[in-house]
Amino acid sequence: MRVLLKIKRFNPERDRAPYWAEYEVEVEPVDRVLDALEYVKWHLDGTLAFRRSCAHGICGSDAMLINGRNRLACKVLIKDLGSPITVEPMRGFPVIKDLVVDMEGFFAKYRAIKPYLINDELPPETERRQSPEERARFDDTTKCILCGACTTSCPSFWANGEYIGPAAIVNAHRFIFDSRDRGAAERLAILNTRLGVWRCRTIFNCVEACPRGIDVTRAIAEVKRALLFSGT
Amino acid sequence: MTTVHRYDAVIVGAGGAGLRAALEVARATPRVAVVSKLYPIRSHTGTAQGGIGAALGNMEEDHWEWHMFDTVKGSDYLADQDAVEIMCQEAIACVYELEHWGLPFDRTPEGKIAQRRFGGHTRNFGEAPVRRACHAADRTGHMILQTLYQQCLKHEVQFFNEFHVLDLLLEDNVCRGIVALSLADGELHVFHAKAVLFATGGFGRMYKVTSNARSLTGDGVAIALRRGIPLEDMEFFQFHPTGIYKLGILISEAARGEGGILRNRQGERFMERYAPTLLDLAPRDIISRCMYTEIREGRGIDGKDYLHLDLTHLGREVIEKKLPDITDFARTYLGIDPVREPIPVQPTAHYAMGGIPTDVHGRVIRDEKNTPVLGFYAAGECACVSVHGANRLGTNSLVDILVFGKLAGRHMADYLRGADFAPLPKDAEGPAREECQRLLTSNGAESVARLREILQREMMDKAAVFRTREGLEAMLTTLKELKDRYRRIRLQDKGKIFNTDLQEALELGYLLDLAEVTVVSALARRESRGAHYREDFPKRDDAQWLKHTLAYRINGEYELRYKPVVITRFQPVERKY
Ligand SMILES: Cc1cc2nc3c(=O)[nH]c(=O)nc-3n(C[C@H](O)[C@H](O)[C@H](O)COP(=O)(O)OP(=O)(O)OC[C@H]3O[C@@H](n4cnc5c(N)ncnc54)[C@H](O)[C@@H]3O)c2cc1C
Ligand code: SF4
Ligand code: FES
Repeated sequence: MRVLLKIKRFNPERDRAPYWAEYEVEVEPVDRVLDALEYVKWHLDGTLAFRRSCAHGICGSDAMLINGRNRLACKVLIKDLGSPITVEPMRGFPVIKDLVVDMEGFFAKYRAIKPYLINDELPPETERRQSPEERARFDDTTKCILCGACTTSCPSFWANGEYIGPAAIVNAHRFIFDSRDRGAAERLAILNTRLGVWRCRTIFNCVEACPRGIDVTRAIAEVKRALLFSGT
Repeated sequence: MTTVHRYDAVIVGAGGAGLRAALEVARATPRVAVVSKLYPIRSHTGTAQGGIGAALGNMEEDHWEWHMFDTVKGSDYLADQDAVEIMCQEAIACVYELEHWGLPFDRTPEGKIAQRRFGGHTRNFGEAPVRRACHAADRTGHMILQTLYQQCLKHEVQFFNEFHVLDLLLEDNVCRGIVALSLADGELHVFHAKAVLFATGGFGRMYKVTSNARSLTGDGVAIALRRGIPLEDMEFFQFHPTGIYKLGILISEAARGEGGILRNRQGERFMERYAPTLLDLAPRDIISRCMYTEIREGRGIDGKDYLHLDLTHLGREVIEKKLPDITDFARTYLGIDPVREPIPVQPTAHYAMGGIPTDVHGRVIRDEKNTPVLGFYAAGECACVSVHGANRLGTNSLVDILVFGKLAGRHMADYLRGADFAPLPKDAEGPAREECQRLLTSNGAESVARLREILQREMMDKAAVFRTREGLEAMLTTLKELKDRYRRIRLQDKGKIFNTDLQEALELGYLLDLAEVTVVSALARRESRGAHYREDFPKRDDAQWLKHTLAYRINGEYELRYKPVVITRFQPVERKY
């Protein structure tokens, strides 16, 4: 089938401002939006830039704004969108070129919450024990692929780019609720700031955006609750 | 302007192998840099699903000797047994280490790491399937990659992300560094180093139907070949039995480990006829061939080229809890609910057994006498130790990347203490610059996408699961043509910023080289062993062919040499399952 694809493009070497380009692409209904982008790149305009790798929703490379919603291009099928399809870079990050955005700031916030197990106790010779229930406690947030879809769909983040954002909180949650971790207090202190969890206004855009089906708002609520009960 | 950096050690690739090595080197020196064309967490290790094999014995009795036996037998006796022994022993410590670093494994009721069955892994030297694959749902690779990256952040390892490595600086058998292209601004960077480790992953992208990411184009392997390093056992490429029909997206063997069954158009569990003991958990090379046999004999679904993977009898609970991601893939990409309907599957190009030859310390070797190249290391899927021989068992790649990532890192750290910076070659970035310039200015009429499409289609047809002399010879001719046409490509993007048009052209160049080595090596091996099946030589021939191939490229021509297999505990016998 033929589909009209409208892509917001910008090449700083060539363009003074972003513009919309339109392409007629030949795709199958069960193709992904990623296939349509590749059709453009391979058959119509090789200068189009976007990131991709796994093509099945696991590597987190290709989050972008598709028909006004943050999605992974490799996880939305053409048949679910029809024609035309609009594609733009995620909002709130500087654009490097076309759909490629600069994610350094995003990763800096991830690093800020100390995203690694903190526990200086000498481990046993085999595994540390953890019950299936304790493991289930933080299962949801282990799924994060750091695609950025949640943070860039968040009005609080658009309003203030310094906000730590849902993705970093999700990753803090992953450790705060891990029975093996001892760093909860440190992380909670980092999140207990004006630009931390309290900036979340529970708008739920992030939940809708998350391609891994993580209940982001719930994770944030649990972190808020932990803060209220920890007395910090 | 070219920037020159100086690091004691440079690791190319930020998948499991690269990150594990970096952690080990970082214990010895802070002057280590990881250079990767993808953000580390985008690496393909993250897509590994089913599990990592280690004889922990958490669910039932198990021993590393059993793991070793299974690996050797699975390899069709081509694996080097000294290396396999180390791998199966070290696997246990590596898994515990990951747990200590926070990896969220699934748990048994007693709180131990949970394990499941996987193809070719057995109890007591082949008696029956054993639960050996440690897992975190069907996201084991994701968790491994995340955990290793987290540890690297903790230890403040330096990363150069979205840097595409173009060249290896190697002179007089001493490694001196690498040259990389920064994608963000198109500038070249020279990394001067005492030691370099390649961990650039596989190259399934030379086939049409593959489980491999767009980025798996064998860059490091091809660069090594171009710099005079031979490639080992390139004729062995694994096809995984259960790729989603046409898309190639993997449905992990864990699906069969949990009880899934392969069926033909009559609904028959055809593996009963081929592998009466292990059935659907026989090794991958065998099942993929059986599937093609079913298809050729007209028992594909609706007479087409696919079969069914049936999970419907497992129940919603097992499917959604233990296999959540692949359930999601089936629902998203096929609109099929595996709880109620079987999944259409076909073999998908999955894993490169061959690659850059190394010893058990990860040192790259340059000949059949195992002479090491000073300061050059390789680990992970791009390397060939060889622990997988002619066919890798499921769960053993994650073991391989961890164990040999660690051992290579350890040896590098030792080497760094005694080594100096060898001087950079004159005009170090010259060849890399020329390669980019040639591609950017080449003004023919050929397109990268078109040539790649032909390559992938023809390789799938002529150098995949079944091979013949005629097919392979025809493929060689096709490759000569493709390489000729590659010289006449034209890129549309001539810019510097994030030029993925240029990157795809570079990657096609690597794939063409590796396809050629694969075909040349496959043509020479006149026997069938593991994943390499010659219809014109259907038997394994230990008298002639129990040996590793080493393929050199000298002035554009290939020279094949051979290296003996290390056999310690298990003498080759016929494989039956
Ligand atoms: C879908 C799927 C499921 C799998 N499931 C399992 C499983 O359950 N168990 C198991 O044991 N194995 C499994 N495997 C195999 C296993 O995941 C891989 O073999 C393994 O992860 C490879 O790791 P690696 O570190 O060698 O390479 P990768 O993880 O592929 O990393 C390669 C790295 O090299 C970098 N790189 C490549 N080229 C360049 C360049 N030119 N310049 C700079 N950087 C470069 C990339 O950016 C990347 O960081 C699976 C594989 C697939 C495809
Ligand atoms: S929480 Fe979901 S949307 Fe946010 S970065 Fe992680 S995977 Fe992406
Ligand atoms: S390409 Fe990996 S998530 Fe889309």
